[in-house]
Amino acid sequence: MSAASPEPAASCVGTRPTEDRPAALLDIRELTVEFRQGRRTPPLRAVDGVSLSVAPGETLGLVGESGSGKSTIGRAVLGLTPVRSGTIRFEDADITRATAKVRRELSARLQVVFQDPYSSLNPARTIGSTLAEPLLVQGRLTGRQSADRVAEMLGRVGLPPDTADRYPAQFSGGQRQRIAIARALMPGPRLVICDEPVSALDLSVQAQVMNLLAELQEALQLSYLFVAHDLPVVRHLSHRILVLYRGQVMETGPAEALYARPVHPYTRMLIAAVPEPDPGTQRSRRAARRGGPLSAGPLSAGPPSAGTAAVTDRGCAFAARCVHALDICRHDRPLLLPVGAPDRSGPVTRSAACHRASELLAQP
Amino acid sequence: MAILRLVGRRLLSSVPLLFLVSALTFVLVSLVPGDPARTLVGQHATAAQYAAVRAQLGLDRPLPLQYGHWLAGAVQGDLGSSLFSGEPVTSMLDSRLPVTLSLILAGTLVSGLLGIGLGLLSARRGGRLVRTVDALALLGLGVPAFWFALVLIVLFAVRLRWFPVTGYVPLTDDPGQWLRSLVLPVAALSLGGVAVIAKQTRDAVLDTLGKDFVRVMTANGFSARSITYRHVLRNSALPLVTVLGVVLVSLLAGTVFVETVFAMPGLGGLIQQATVEHDIPVIQGAVLYVTVFVVLVNLAVDLACGRLDPRVRAA
Amino acid sequence: MTDASVATRAAVPARGSLVRGLLRRRGAVLSLGWLLLLTLATVAAPLVTAHGPLDQDLNSVLTGPTGAHLLGTDTLGRDLLSRLLFGGRSTLLAVAEAVVVFLAIGVTAGLASGYLGGRLDWLITRTADLVFALPGIVIILVVLAVFPGNLHAAMVTFGVIGSPGLIRILRAQTLRVREELYVAAARVAGLTRPQILRRHILPRLTSTVIVQAALFAAIVVTIQAGLGFLGLGAPAPAPSWGGLVADASQVIDRDPWMLLPAGLPLVVTVVALGVLGDAVRDAAVEAWAPPVPAPARRPRRPMPTAAGVTTREPDPQALLSVIGLTVEIGGTPVVQDVSFDIRLGETLGVVGESGCGKSVTSLGILGLVPGRGRISAGHVLFQGSDLTASPTTLARVRGSGIAYVSQEPMVALDPTFTVGRQLAEAVARHSGCGRKAARVRAVDLLARVNLPDPAAVAARHPHQLSGGMAQRAAIALALAGEPRLLIADEPTTALDVTVQAEILGLLRSLQTETGMAVLLITHDWGVVADLCDRAVVMYAGQVVEQADVAALFSRPLHPYTAGLLAANPHAAVPGEPLPTIPGTVPPPGAWPDGCRFAARCALATDACAAPVPLTEPEPDRTTRCVHVDRLVQEGTSR
Repeated sequence: MSAASPEPAASCVGTRPTEDRPAALLDIRELTVEFRQGRRTPPLRAVDGVSLSVAPGETLGLVGESGSGKSTIGRAVLGLTPVRSGTIRFEDADITRATAKVRRELSARLQVVFQDPYSSLNPARTIGSTLAEPLLVQGRLTGRQSADRVAEMLGRVGLPPDTADRYPAQFSGGQRQRIAIARALMPGPRLVICDEPVSALDLSVQAQVMNLLAELQEALQLSYLFVAHDLPVVRHLSHRILVLYRGQVMETGPAEALYARPVHPYTRMLIAAVPEPDPGTQRSRRAARRGGPLSAGPLSAGPPSAGTAAVTDRGCAFAARCVHALDICRHDRPLLLPVGAPDRSGPVTRSAACHRASELLAQP
Repeated sequence: MAILRLVGRRLLSSVPLLFLVSALTFVLVSLVPGDPARTLVGQHATAAQYAAVRAQLGLDRPLPLQYGHWLAGAVQGDLGSSLFSGEPVTSMLDSRLPVTLSLILAGTLVSGLLGIGLGLLSARRGGRLVRTVDALALLGLGVPAFWFALVLIVLFAVRLRWFPVTGYVPLTDDPGQWLRSLVLPVAALSLGGVAVIAKQTRDAVLDTLGKDFVRVMTANGFSARSITYRHVLRNSALPLVTVLGVVLVSLLAGTVFVETVFAMPGLGGLIQQATVEHDIPVIQGAVLYVTVFVVLVNLAVDLACGRLDPRVRAA
Repeated sequence: MTDASVATRAAVPARGSLVRGLLRRRGAVLSLGWLLLLTLATVAAPLVTAHGPLDQDLNSVLTGPTGAHLLGTDTLGRDLLSRLLFGGRSTLLAVAEAVVVFLAIGVTAGLASGYLGGRLDWLITRTADLVFALPGIVIILVVLAVFPGNLHAAMVTFGVIGSPGLIRILRAQTLRVREELYVAAARVAGLTRPQILRRHILPRLTSTVIVQAALFAAIVVTIQAGLGFLGLGAPAPAPSWGGLVADASQVIDRDPWMLLPAGLPLVVTVVALGVLGDAVRDAAVEAWAPPVPAPARRPRRPMPTAAGVTTREPDPQALLSVIGLTVEIGGTPVVQDVSFDIRLGETLGVVGESGCGKSVTSLGILGLVPGRGRISAGHVLFQGSDLTASPTTLARVRGSGIAYVSQEPMVALDPTFTVGRQLAEAVARHSGCGRKAARVRAVDLLARVNLPDPAAVAARHPHQLSGGMAQRAAIALALAGEPRLLIADEPTTALDVTVQAEILGLLRSLQTETGMAVLLITHDWGVVADLCDRAVVMYAGQVVEQADVAALFSRPLHPYTAGLLAANPHAAVPGEPLPTIPGTVPPPGAWPDGCRFAARCALATDACAAPVPLTEPEPDRTTRCVHVDRLVQEGTSR
């Protein structure tokens, strides 16, 4: 993966729906997902009108804290969670409510790597049998061909060929995650949903798996929808980042620009909260934010309970925690609008859902 | 107030069960080849006599009507009369209730105290006691109450003559003899309960001892006594209360056997006798009584769970 | 963090291990043997005994065991062995009938309910609840009152009444398995429902079904015998196990012997079924469990306290001195020869990846080594007294001298008590004050950890708090004894990053207020940089480096520290691969004699094969590397 690669990220997200864009591989419009929580309480809105697109060869990072709906978006794309409203298009076909038959056919081009390397492999099946599973559906391969493909994939993810005859219990977390990646790549997908693929791993192993994902993307021209809560990880692997809060998009833009100069107060808070591995930097950051939103601000959000997250359509979802909030923020929900003016480098690539975005952009 | 409403709602929701059980018995009874009237009048009665008895018993009406009639009576406390003694079913059942209730109450006490004590001890000491409780659990499953009762009789009544072989002395007659007459039946009845409760207590306590909060409390200097008896026991009580409910119901089933072996005039013995004699009204009444008992036990279990665990209370 | 290092190559493959696991258990083999023998003997009864079950011989009544009648005779002189064997046939038949019905209903409905869900699930669950509440034995008696002597009807009914238990268990288990990510992966792969059921769900349920069938069969045997005993089984002369007990009960005053042949086969059969069920369950748990770390392969050798070790004298000024702490779990060392000091008011970070022994070290200080572990060497000095020497000192120090905050705030408090009561209990325990004063102080403590509306929080139960609030409450609990040292084991790992920042800020301000020292266990370099004064880096159970935080970050003097710092994506150059450390941490029991990091180290040479002592290349910092000179040079030339 190379950040210097010509901006595949140029397509804009949700801001200019009518404008023609380079054919997106995945295109989500106004996606809303709700979970029922019993008869009396209103449903929990996990994803609330999210639009995004992923271009071929691109990595879009979804970040947010627990309850932000980032994993739910991935599950909705995979058909593992029913969609309340909105559309999901993949390769220009509507797959929002795809039938089992269409899904089967889709599985060759749309795959997934999950977070937990322990739950994601059936302990009673050999690695070979697990890896061959996605090929069962294709059904045209002989045993020999499928075994060859398994061996080839194992080599690609850096595991010895005899891995195929072993059981998951014989592998460490990092090795299992390599196996899970191999399984996702077996049918030759174009888009892989990566749902926190490195968060369960130790630092030294995490770096190995992150490099592997980047290598594979380059070699196989993959697109990733990369879901994670760890900002530095997302920044390193993504071309563009989408910041979510309570199921809504707060801000989106190219990874480096967004990380270096966040506009939305939530993005700023999120980035400021990540401790830098440098004692000097941390000391000065602490001094800078004394009295800022993190030390004296309102208590951070609890779990999305019915009362808080069954979002009323009024106001900004973040207003209650925002130090910049005005009256308008509590009454009108801000739209996700482009920020900044087009300049030499090209069209506007950043947007934020904040009434004070332009003010904040001017005041870093 | 909230608790009263809860009790009311739970009792209301048990109505379908009572309805189902009584309807089920009724349908079953209607399947009987031949009918009680034939049994009653004998083989040599005239058709007119037979018809008269049938009409008297209400058997000439269609089944739903019969059921409605029985239900109307049941609501007013009239469950019909025994086909044999002619005695009203309610008074038969009521007069036998004290014996059975004494047995169940004593059995619950013995099972609960011995079982919880053994389970706690085994969880805390470990080692040989763990295996003892495991063995006991298997014996509790394997040794049927009726056979164990006979073994107890041979040992303690026939050989040692410490207790009467059979019979029951009412509490009001002689409290001492009442207690003596209960010892062997209760022992036979409780074996299974002690075993189940001991094992469940052990497992639940061990499970709780492995929880994070126990480690946090120990690390932060809570006393071992408070951790064991306040926190661990209370957290282990939730699965235990459920098991206790199951044990209570199984004790009731056990009385059918134990009362038969010890010739005690209780509900269980009556049910056995009525079954042998095909005394349908008595069986129907008994089933109703037993179902009400089960409903009450389940209600008590639910209430106890709610008291013990705030998470259940919220749900 | 899941523990990535538990996996070992010594694990047993899961396939077929259920049967093998079963055959390894003596109880299971004996039980299977008995059940097999019983089945054969009853089926081939005429070959086993010469007597017919109904053959009377009034000349040999109640004989007791003789050569002609191995188990003796009954009141009519009928051979007991013969009656047992022929009676066993009806028992086996009854078991077969009831178990078939039980399984047919239970498996179908349980699977459908758990896997398909929706309205069907609701209907099945409700019906099962209703049937579950039925008083089983009484219903059987009703059936027998209606169909006199019809055991088949009774057994089929019993199968129906028993099935809700199986439905509930299978439903719950199916729901659990359905949520496993490998099932989601199979759905994404496009597998059909039958394929997923066959490949992923059914195999997980098999052992449960066998266990439940065995236990249910045990109950059926008892019930069938009970019915026979009550005279409700097969009519009079036909033999049955229950009937035999009833016959024996008639003569207990004259011939108690008969109770034994009548009852013991019954007891043994039921116990055998029970043992079999337990064994299948245990074998299944073993087969599905994550592998146990391999035991130490080499014989234990003396601790490498070789020459050249700068065994530092504990700092007399230190609040806490850990000296040569070694912890073994199941005979395998997981922490070896760990030493460090913490001074008053200082924050010491213990850093490392999972499996390096940092949590075990922190628990070892408090004498709380998990499971079957024990401290096999070393001392822990707190304010001058040795905590490893005296349990009473340890008990006194816990909470009031050293307090503890754990990783998962949601399970760190007793779920059945309100937050306030638990805090008040801790306060009362440490200060000895009355109940009322303790309650007031509990609310004060909640206010001190910056919880808004502390009185309301005190009245809540732990499950009513968010993760961040629960961690604040847990910190308040730790503060109850006014400790001099707080051990915080990954206190922010389970929390969102903004909440983490708040908790770190809270810890810092509490430390300023109280002057307590903090021992912070973490894997996160950012947290170390934010909160710690000094840090200890652990790898594979050993301390590999120890230094002032500023020095550690700018000039690491151990290749592992350097590698771990570089692997952090914070410092990553966009578009370039992250620097990595190849390989994985060796699990306990697979540690080499020499440098434990050598296999993953770019600097490793033959010199690394010998045990490496801790050295002090610069004042106030130690490292465990033979190539430290090179690292020092690189650092200064940088």
